[in-house]
Amino acid sequence: MSKYYLNYLDELESEAIYVMREVWAQFQNPVILFSGGKDSIVVTHLAKKAFHPSKIPFALMHVDTGHNFPETIKFRDDLIKELDARLIIGSVQESIDTGRVAEEKGKNATRNALQITTLLDAIESNKVDCAIGGGRRDEEKARAKERFFSHRDDFGQWDPKNQRPELWNLFNGKHFEGEHFRAFPISNWTEMDVWNYIAREEIAIPSLYLAHEREVIWRNDSWIPKSEFLVIEDDEKVETKKIRFRTLGDITITGGIESDADTIEKIVLEVSAMRKTERGNRSDDKRSETAMEDRKKQGYF
Amino acid sequence: MSINNNQLLRFTTAGSVDDGKSTLIGRLLYDSKSIFEDQLEAITDTSKKKGHDGVDLALFTDGLRDEREQGITIDVAYRYFTTPKRKFIIADTPGHIQYTRNMVTGASTANAAIILVDARHGVIEQTKRHAFIASLLQIPHIIVCINKMDLVDFKEEAYDTILRQFEEFSSKLLITDVRFIPISALLGDNVVNRSENMPWYQGAPLLHTLETMHISSDLNKVDARFPVQTVLRPQREGFIDYRGYAGRISSGIFRIGDEITAMPSGFTSKIKSIQGPTGELPEAFASMSVAMTLEDDIDVGRGDMIVRSNNKPDASQDIEVMLCWLHNESAKPRAKYAIRHTSNEQTAMIKEIIYKIDINTLGRKMDDSSLNMNDISKVRIRTTKPLMVDSYRENRITGSIILIDENTNETVAAGMVV
Repeated sequence: MSKYYLNYLDELESEAIYVMREVWAQFQNPVILFSGGKDSIVVTHLAKKAFHPSKIPFALMHVDTGHNFPETIKFRDDLIKELDARLIIGSVQESIDTGRVAEEKGKNATRNALQITTLLDAIESNKVDCAIGGGRRDEEKARAKERFFSHRDDFGQWDPKNQRPELWNLFNGKHFEGEHFRAFPISNWTEMDVWNYIAREEIAIPSLYLAHEREVIWRNDSWIPKSEFLVIEDDEKVETKKIRFRTLGDITITGGIESDADTIEKIVLEVSAMRKTERGNRSDDKRSETAMEDRKKQGYF
Repeated sequence: MSINNNQLLRFTTAGSVDDGKSTLIGRLLYDSKSIFEDQLEAITDTSKKKGHDGVDLALFTDGLRDEREQGITIDVAYRYFTTPKRKFIIADTPGHIQYTRNMVTGASTANAAIILVDARHGVIEQTKRHAFIASLLQIPHIIVCINKMDLVDFKEEAYDTILRQFEEFSSKLLITDVRFIPISALLGDNVVNRSENMPWYQGAPLLHTLETMHISSDLNKVDARFPVQTVLRPQREGFIDYRGYAGRISSGIFRIGDEITAMPSGFTSKIKSIQGPTGELPEAFASMSVAMTLEDDIDVGRGDMIVRSNNKPDASQDIEVMLCWLHNESAKPRAKYAIRHTSNEQTAMIKEIIYKIDINTLGRKMDDSSLNMNDISKVRIRTTKPLMVDSYRENRITGSIILIDENTNETVAAGMVV
């Protein structure tokens, strides 16, 4: 006799598909925020399932800092081709060139905060009314308070203390002209769930997540990849290490960890024994206790 | 992997300000090894700065800047942990301001509620409110954790008294499964590990209880309900005639060949195929997201509900609901609101306020027709078109509604169909 309950991964999958279909039904012009990271890849995979056998009905929006891992860009372009989807690019370089934002200075300068302006500009100019993200509530303490449907005012800002209550599975995506929503279908997933799902579904991910040899320097407690954008100080030494990345962001701030996990199965095992949070290697979150909350309020992912 | 058979359990925690709720959650996460080193380091530092002895486990649940500064929880926060037996989602709801609004939110999707009682103070008004809201929201399982047992010398009498107090007042509530566990969140007794200080307690510790309680019957598997979210029409090679109704099954089981009725139109047909997340299925059941095709080309769209023909919900424009007002702007008499029920949205008017619950005495106030923030009232609602509703007691998904103020787009109320 068959069982009539779902396991946790199937439950999370059905929940995410439900959220995605609600987005499609409640908004005029929703997009998926695609970073090339595993979470946005999983969201895209779930979108494919939610609308099968129809084509995925969302465009993919990529906020390009210009400081990319080349592997991420190739992965993105291949996926777009496979899905036959539309790609919208918001370019941070363009925001700098047109004087919308100014580049940070100094050794720890990143384009992380600059993305906010580019993202909000891209949302506005493309008349996007809902941007679907791969944010998860387990990632960070400010994200633990996120709704599935999260309102942004006409400045693109999040007001965490004044959010709409979200009961049962009744999502309220009503908004005025100029406002938009962020939707987070995998809110209830943890890093472990994402990896287990990638393993189960055999979802392709950028090779950067798998252990590989790379030239790196030790900075802010993690291995920062050498790249043309990285300013190396005199007291910093370039070494070759076998590393992998737990999250993928701007190449200048994404730190790797030493690892031998070169298959998804090995990553699942490694993550289950991991004793540090995945964003622990992201220097953008380390600037202050409430770095994520402050950026999110302004309109960050 | 065996872990892939594990179920997901959602629970909410309720307690008054100093009942030790944050400490309990911190303890659960800490003892189940769900806290990472860098989190622990950050909390240890903060504990030192604040001059606490040792690690203040309650700090794990602080989120927003204001909460860290004021040492309070403002909004529902979600926490996650996994054991070899289950995955857990905690809806951590604040105990004081807006407690009704937040607890109702956290309770709406919960399988279980943990109600904290301070062993020194016993059952207080707040406990009664929490139990009432848990019963109103029909949380299937209630666990009363009698906390701070260390402060009453781990005596059985304290536990017995509270158990009796709770049984007495809750006998008039709709609660089917309630358990009592004596704990010390601060010291860890009976949270994850069995207490050595309370040999008189023969039951299981909290985590074991959460890991093993029977939850696969929490969803209604009898009344087959499928609200249509959207219609899939690929119109591409190989799928030219495909017309799939996409949605998440609210309750019950659907099988290929089942005779169905589309409501409210009343058209009937049979299920031709069911597409699940993993492919074609012979049957699908509650909480699965699927796409169905039908034998006949009938007119079905978003807001309609596909049900088995021999078991239909009520289609009604007049519904009675227990309404919880969630917004600081009070209800305006005879104002129109958007009402959302499953995937259906209509316009509604609150026609009559039948009574208001006095949250302190749990009695009825018959002469109070205002609807203010945190009020719970029985009201009669009229909608422009019929809603396909079941009673909330039978079906938490097809028995629930929200009201939206279309002038502000804010969600102002949540209701449970009586």
